[in-house]
Amino acid sequence: MNPIETKKDYQDYVNKKSPNSPILKNCFNAFWVGGLICTIGQVIFSYCKFRGMDTQMSNTIVSVLLIGISAFLTGLNLFNRIGKFAGAGSLVPITGFANSIVSPAMEYKSEGYVMGVGGKMFTVAGPVLVFGISASIIVGIVYLIFNTSAITLV
Amino acid sequence: MEFFQSLDWMQLLRCFVVGGLICIIGQILIDKTKLTPARILVIFVTSGAILGGLGVYQYLIDFAGCGATVPLTGFGNALAKGAIEEVSTSGFIGAFMGGIKATAGGISAAIFFGYIASLISKPKMKKQ
Repeated sequence: MNPIETKKDYQDYVNKKSPNSPILKNCFNAFWVGGLICTIGQVIFSYCKFRGMDTQMSNTIVSVLLIGISAFLTGLNLFNRIGKFAGAGSLVPITGFANSIVSPAMEYKSEGYVMGVGGKMFTVAGPVLVFGISASIIVGIVYLIFNTSAITLV
Repeated sequence: MEFFQSLDWMQLLRCFVVGGLICIIGQILIDKTKLTPARILVIFVTSGAILGGLGVYQYLIDFAGCGATVPLTGFGNALAKGAIEEVSTSGFIGAFMGGIKATAGGISAAIFFGYIASLISKPKMKKQ
C-alpha cells in the first residue's frame, strides 16, 4: 500500500480502519438507563411528598440518596460496568457526579488517605463545582443589577 | 400500598422520557465530539445554571419533575435558583451564599459518601 504522507491521509486511514461507533445503540442505552435513574428519583421524590415534605427537602433527599447509592456502587466496582454499557445514561444524571468523585479517589488510594483519596476526589468534580458555583454567582449578580423579572424571559 | 396508589404514572413516564432525552444529548456529545466526560459534566452544569437564571428551566421541571432535576443540568439550575432567591432576600452577598445553600445536601453527600466509598473500595486488580 501507499505510504502515508500527510496528516489528512492518516486521518482517512484511521477512519477507514476504526470500527464505526454504534451511536444509535449507545443513544438507546443512554436513554433508558438515564430515564430509569430519573424515574427512581421521581419515585423517591413522590414518596417524600407523600410523607408531607416540601419540594426543596424532597429534592435534597433524592440527590443525597442517588449520590450515596452510586458512590457505593462505584466503590464496589459495579458502577463502571453500568457506565460502560450506558455511557451518558449514567454519566449525566447526578449519579455521574458521585461516580466522578469516587473513581479517581479509588485510583490514587495508594498515595495515601489525605493527599491521595482526599485530594484526587476533585479531579473531575472540582471543575464541575468551580464552573457551576461561578455561574450561579454571576447569575445572582446579573439578577441583582437588572433586578426582578427583566432578566427572566417571562 | 397507599403510596403506590397515589403514584402518578403519567408523571413517571414524562420523567423517564425527559431524563432519557437529556442523557441522549450527553451521549451524542460523547460520540460525535472529542470532549472528555469532565468537560461534558461542566457543560451540563453551566448550561443548567444559565437556563435556570433565564427562568426557562423551571418549565421543564414543572413538566418532568425529577426527569429535569436529577440530571446535572438540574444541579446547575438549583445553584442558579438558590443564588437568585438569596439575592432577593439578602442583596449582593446573597449571590455568594445562595447557590451552595440550595445544593448543600447534594455536595456534602457527594464529598462524604465519596470519601467513605473510596475507603471501603478495593483497588482494581491488574490482570497479569
